[in-house]
Amino acid sequence: MLSLNINGQPHQVDVDPDTPLLWVLRDVLGMNATKFGCGIAQCGACTVHMNGRAVRACNLPVGLIGEQPISTLEGVDPTDPVVKAVQAAWIALDVVQCGYCQPGQIMAAIALLRTAPHPTDEQIDSALSANLCRCGTYMRIRAAVHHAAGALA
Amino acid sequence: MTTRATTGTPAPAHAPAHTAAQASRRQVLGAGGALLLATLWPTPRSGRAQPAPHPEQGLLVENTPAAFAPNAYIRIAADNRITLILPNVEMGQGIYTGSVMLLAEELGVDMAQVAIEAAPPGGGAEITGGSTSVMTEWLPLRQAGAAARSMLVQAAATRWQANPAECTTRSATIIHTPTGRSLSFGAVAAQAATLPVPQKPTLKDPSTYTLVGHAQHRVDSVAKVQGRAVFGMDIQVPGQKIGTVAACPVEGGTLGGMNKAAALAIRGVQAVLVNAQNNTVCVVADHYWAARKGLRALKLHWHDGPNAHINTQTIYEQLHDGLSGPAIVANTKGDAPAIIAHAHATYTATYQQPLLAHAPMEPINCTAHVRPDGCDIWTGTQIADRARDTAVELTGLPKDKVMVHCQYIGGGFGRRLEHEYVTQCVDFARQVPYPLKIIWSREEDLTRDRYRPAYVDQMSAALDDKGFITALTHRIVGPAVVARWDPPELTKDGYDEDLSVATVITPYSYPAYRLEFARREAPGIVTAWWRGVGGTRGLFVVEGFIDELAQRAGADPVAYRRAMLAQNPRALAVLDRVAQEAGWNTPLPPGRARGVAVQFAFGSYMASIAEVEMPDPDNVIIHRVCAAVDCGRVINPDQVISQIEGGLIFGFSAALYNEITLEDGRVQQTNFNTWRVMRMNEAPRKIDVFLIPSTEDPGGIGEVGTAAAAPVLANAMAAAQGRRYRTLPLLSARNAAAGKEQG
Repeated sequence: MLSLNINGQPHQVDVDPDTPLLWVLRDVLGMNATKFGCGIAQCGACTVHMNGRAVRACNLPVGLIGEQPISTLEGVDPTDPVVKAVQAAWIALDVVQCGYCQPGQIMAAIALLRTAPHPTDEQIDSALSANLCRCGTYMRIRAAVHHAAGALA
Repeated sequence: MTTRATTGTPAPAHAPAHTAAQASRRQVLGAGGALLLATLWPTPRSGRAQPAPHPEQGLLVENTPAAFAPNAYIRIAADNRITLILPNVEMGQGIYTGSVMLLAEELGVDMAQVAIEAAPPGGGAEITGGSTSVMTEWLPLRQAGAAARSMLVQAAATRWQANPAECTTRSATIIHTPTGRSLSFGAVAAQAATLPVPQKPTLKDPSTYTLVGHAQHRVDSVAKVQGRAVFGMDIQVPGQKIGTVAACPVEGGTLGGMNKAAALAIRGVQAVLVNAQNNTVCVVADHYWAARKGLRALKLHWHDGPNAHINTQTIYEQLHDGLSGPAIVANTKGDAPAIIAHAHATYTATYQQPLLAHAPMEPINCTAHVRPDGCDIWTGTQIADRARDTAVELTGLPKDKVMVHCQYIGGGFGRRLEHEYVTQCVDFARQVPYPLKIIWSREEDLTRDRYRPAYVDQMSAALDDKGFITALTHRIVGPAVVARWDPPELTKDGYDEDLSVATVITPYSYPAYRLEFARREAPGIVTAWWRGVGGTRGLFVVEGFIDELAQRAGADPVAYRRAMLAQNPRALAVLDRVAQEAGWNTPLPPGRARGVAVQFAFGSYMASIAEVEMPDPDNVIIHRVCAAVDCGRVINPDQVISQIEGGLIFGFSAALYNEITLEDGRVQQTNFNTWRVMRMNEAPRKIDVFLIPSTEDPGGIGEVGTAAAAPVLANAMAAAQGRRYRTLPLLSARNAAAGKEQG
């Protein structure tokens, strides 16, 4: 049995320690906001927060997590100013198309804005270029991050 | 929105037109106190409608015995809940939002009052593809809304003993203007359901639209932004197990051997299944990771079969071989070959395009529960009917015992116009008693995709003394995708009309023209539709060739095209607008270059200009792309813009980087580390889309941007490098070598 702290709740899971966090979230705990895209940390669809920092859940073995808190999109506090600003900006700018990559994009954006409240284009590109979007919503994502930063000012 | 999505079925321009009779087939179904207005959506292709009424989960009871098989419904419940049950699937193109807008506009409800459900397979062929959704639904959705409104108003007027003409509707309420009395739609829904359905309801004057033509937020944003949207991948059926599969990596091969015991020894692995064709293995486990480990532990051994010798070069050689010898004449005007043979000046160029994978962000997946008395399927599909039919065939169950539950699609791009993954899932699920969710790894998704074909095209022109075309011949060598996908649609001559997009269907008019098709099916691979279909394929060739002719004539590329478009005001208007907005005639900063492309495809006109910089031949910075679009009447302007932005980026990714290659029959690209997708830092710094106001019927938009991507970028790169780009992808080693030769 492994103990995990996910979205502020303790969870006991009975899996091999090499199991990536992604599959514990999705297939063991039934938390589906975090998406599977590639399995090799190339696309960012599975982005979650560990200790508040954006990490890829698809190649993060649960055995290495220990007591570090994990946060997923379904667990973020919707009243948190950064979360609220990011989600509102995504809706205001109609960023989403198919939407499959967006949980990862949003988690990456929230992590960015916590460390860089007023990011430049370069900082946004640097933080979010690891998150692929096949629908091509990149420009709206960039604009939405600026929009959210503006709302937080 | 205006948008339709992605790909697919042959383009609207040659899709059989639906008849007025089909479009007006609506009727009321008894639904326990609710108004349930059923309507038959016309589909982009004819010939598949089946008179098979399909009771939806016991909710609907058809009240006439007529052979009417509705596939869409408006349901107004007594509590005023309004539900639109739609046959088209949402895969990012914004069709849910656009459909709600059209319905709400005529019905007299607020967008927020409408909920959406995905329709199960009904009597027609639900195909979401070919950029057709708004085109096909523009009229029937409004008619359905107007018919329901008229019935509701009549029911309220009857209750008030008032004149229906004195009633208005607003926010799902009927108001009797002279007295101010009001009734909710729900309050009169049951009564309205007893009234005859007006077959020719009066539609609103477009000048009075309050929703259509005005930007509306997407109805699916909130769920998607909060991570609540349910994609096929997210289905959780009680008791389900998770499977992952490996098919023989060589098309046509079979399973040679495996270490089943090793897989079953992995913790969590439940079963190892093999399909009837003995070419695919499925490991079933408690969760994906255990299944994945089990699959690795099998140490699969394959008999590669007859395609083990196929390499990419085999395919290209076969295509180039088709440039000479017999071909089908697909379209002809005058005697173009004779004019070219006797012309003083001629010009010929050969273009090559690669196999492409779809690689939607959501890897292929499907969940099925096969029981003795029924079968449920949960998946993202652009063709729900085929998904159902394949299960009927495999299980022997009657059609009404097979339910397809359509989910949000995490990227279609044409991939989900295939249903072989549903066949595969049902085939394995019938071997187990529990619901089985099959998830393909990204590696499986890329190496066992059904690919956009490779093509070789050759164009030859006879030119007058100013360098303009007097005759044009164009030979396409490649597969006929429709021959597999929908055999009856292959013409009796063996032509696939999808190939006419951007070739025969073009804003230009040539004095003499001949289009030839030399069919060469790709060995060892299955080919399929891909976003932009014939438009993406053809426009790269045609707009590249026109650009070459302009260059040969020493003419400005925009001015040269303007001269060719003199008889086409809509095309001219988009070209002039984009030239103005992009500052075509203004000087560029040093090191930058511009390229242009003009198109008419999917019923929409667009002209685009890309501004690029190439610090070196292997590196292109896209500073800005401008596009002017005339897609007829716009339903939701911001979603047209969004589709153009995204369509361009999807196309740029392929144009710059992508080529599926084969070695010994095996696809070499396995994941996003070897299948490069454009990232945010590589995307254009800016895309500006300009919409030309129009009252023409709506055209498609979901594939328009993708079709423009390769030609506009190739033409800009040609200007930057002083060389032509006739082979995709643009940033290939092959092109780098050719550049050194040309340079």
